[in-house]
Amino acid sequence: MNYIELTVPDSMRNHGTMWSRWKNRGVPAYLLALVLTGFYVMVYWFPEPLAPLASLLDPLAHLLRGSVADRWFLYGTIYTVAVLVMGARMLLRYRTQRYHVYRTLTLMTVQLMMSYLIPALLARMGSKEFYFSYFWPLKPEYLFPSNISALVQSDNGLLMFMGFWTIAMTVVATPVLTYFYGKRWYCSWVCGCGALAETAGDPFRQNSDKTLAAWKIERWMVHSVLATIVAVTGLIWWANIDPTSPIAPYAHEANRVYGFLIGSVFSGVIGVGFYPLMGARVWCRFGCPMAAVLGLLQKYASRFRITTNGSQCISCGNCSTYCEMGIDVRAYAQRGEDIKRASCVGCGVCATVCPRGVLKLENH
Amino acid sequence: MRIVIIGNGVAGITAARHLRKLSDHEIIVVSDEAPYHFSRPAMMYVSMGHMTFDNTKPYEDWFWKKNRIEVVHNKVRLIRKDGGLVIDLESGPSIDADVVILATGSEPAWYGWQGEHLPGVQGYVNKHDLDLLERNLAGARNAVVVGGGLIGIEAAEVLHSRGVHVAMLVREPAFYRKVFPEEESTMVTQHISRQGIELRCSTELEKIVAGENGGRVDHVISSSGEHIQADIVILATGVKPRIDLARASGVDVSRGILVNDRFETSIPNIYAIGDCAEFETGVQQLWYTARAHGEHVARVIVEGAGPYVRGTYFNSAKFFDLEWQVYGVIPPESDESNSVYWSDDSSTRSVRIAQSNGVVSGVHGIGVRLRQETCVHWIENGTMIDVVRKQFQEAVFDPEFTRKVSV
Repeated sequence: MNYIELTVPDSMRNHGTMWSRWKNRGVPAYLLALVLTGFYVMVYWFPEPLAPLASLLDPLAHLLRGSVADRWFLYGTIYTVAVLVMGARMLLRYRTQRYHVYRTLTLMTVQLMMSYLIPALLARMGSKEFYFSYFWPLKPEYLFPSNISALVQSDNGLLMFMGFWTIAMTVVATPVLTYFYGKRWYCSWVCGCGALAETAGDPFRQNSDKTLAAWKIERWMVHSVLATIVAVTGLIWWANIDPTSPIAPYAHEANRVYGFLIGSVFSGVIGVGFYPLMGARVWCRFGCPMAAVLGLLQKYASRFRITTNGSQCISCGNCSTYCEMGIDVRAYAQRGEDIKRASCVGCGVCATVCPRGVLKLENH
Repeated sequence: MRIVIIGNGVAGITAARHLRKLSDHEIIVVSDEAPYHFSRPAMMYVSMGHMTFDNTKPYEDWFWKKNRIEVVHNKVRLIRKDGGLVIDLESGPSIDADVVILATGSEPAWYGWQGEHLPGVQGYVNKHDLDLLERNLAGARNAVVVGGGLIGIEAAEVLHSRGVHVAMLVREPAFYRKVFPEEESTMVTQHISRQGIELRCSTELEKIVAGENGGRVDHVISSSGEHIQADIVILATGVKPRIDLARASGVDVSRGILVNDRFETSIPNIYAIGDCAEFETGVQQLWYTARAHGEHVARVIVEGAGPYVRGTYFNSAKFFDLEWQVYGVIPPESDESNSVYWSDDSSTRSVRIAQSNGVVSGVHGIGVRLRQETCVHWIENGTMIDVVRKQFQEAVFDPEFTRKVSV
């Protein structure tokens, strides 16, 4: 379509989104999905072809980590650049909405510092490569006994801090922050997966499935993953406390299988590879155990909800169309009901695209 | 009991849903527009590529069967009395009904202009218009929108988004001046002009002229005698109730289908709701009133509810990037003597609180979202304007971190 933007708009506009073959599952979208899934498969299991590409980053790796660039450094660099570049696009596109400006800047900063520079510098110092923005159960090993006892019992102050940080964030900060702000404090402001979804994934948000059938699958699936990782963590602790127990040999095998199926295939290959086909939150919605925990807290122990403005809804469907989590926001808005859904990551785009000022994210 | 609803717009569908909630009656909805209910105000988002047509459907297609609401895609020819009521369709067998609800909506009000039936000339109110616009847009470079109302501005935004130059003929001296006070009207007028729309105020349509080598529209001639190029003309000079079926079926009509305050027409067991209904006080042609009618008529039919009482007036719209919300009464002649007005430096946000004798009678926001519950509470309880100004933040519904309103 021959759409030309002649003026600088005072609000975010979605002109032509549904005709874009990139954004609406045309051939380019499928090709992009193929490239992304292919890249993840290579990073995880067939890294040899990536070696020359990684070696291009050697000077940067030497500077930051004091070592040569491996495939993980390559992956981390591409990921961070994607968040920063597409974050800039996000800032431009949503510049009239401060909520989006602030959370995008936060996501970009957290990704650059906590998920890229600080872990690299820690590695350079010879310390533990630690990610301060990831917690159990998204990063399950952080609560495994081998990890946690080594950190907490260390006589190195930095390692001790990491140990207490990860426990405090999981046990104290997660429920408290979710009580006050909803799960968005993590999913749309801090999380690295969220950072990529909210920046590089923004052009694809309309591809999430809004049907009731999808919601049923989502609930079943995401809570199964949570149950699995709780069980795996329990097994690992059991095996640690009683190494002679007959289950001990299976604990680490269970963790390995979980790491392969959920950690690599689901969160990586499908989670990012399917951005152009199912929206950017496939992993967050159907697989992430952290999102499941935060979702349960949000639904049953949080002040956060999206409120609706009386009878002003015109049922247009912009909110549902652009909900990356596939929530049928309109179904609530047109009845004047508050939206309190476990999956809502509080990105705030429903409120932005609403042409009648019906939706508002609220904490009180 | 079998209830047949004619029309699947928001009035008819709301009636069907509430009838189902309140009763076990057999419910049939007949429409010739689209097989399933869609949100009419969302049409413009389909034309701009924000949504697909499917996205405009508030309910998934299985919803109707699950809720035992039978959906018939057909055109009603006539409603007859034959013992009970009989509905004749354009094709297929007639349907017997115990109760009929007419929710036939409205249609564009055109005024017999020369050339109004030329190819390329259309309205923008129904599914047919939506599809027609796609055909008319092929190769179009210039368009004229006639009418400075809410449909007119939507049409202008749609055409502009598709790369078509738009000239807009507005009868009033400034956009929406018939409804808006001067400051608001000026703000919106400037905003529309800034988008690149050629806004011609105090101008009406004289006639529409075809090109030399074909039947299609070529230009229009305005009331001031100017020729304005146009490959598309959208006539958005208001709507009128769609009453042909009611009239042919012997139901009393005037401008609309005449009803009392329980939506009863002149024929027993035939009701009329939404845009097509005319009350003693006139027609009510808003999305919100249509929905309220649908809800109330279900209570009348199932529970024998009393009169429908319209609550405090409210409405909303969007003019390109400027959202507008209003509660209560804001007379277009409002000024500093009977209202308080605030606007920010950007000329994209304003609030007006109207008062008489110090009591608040209306609240009006452009670029500022206002909480309906709070504003209506103030108006219905005769709150003093000083109190409202002090408490105004409670009514602000803007997203977090938005700049404060200091009215």
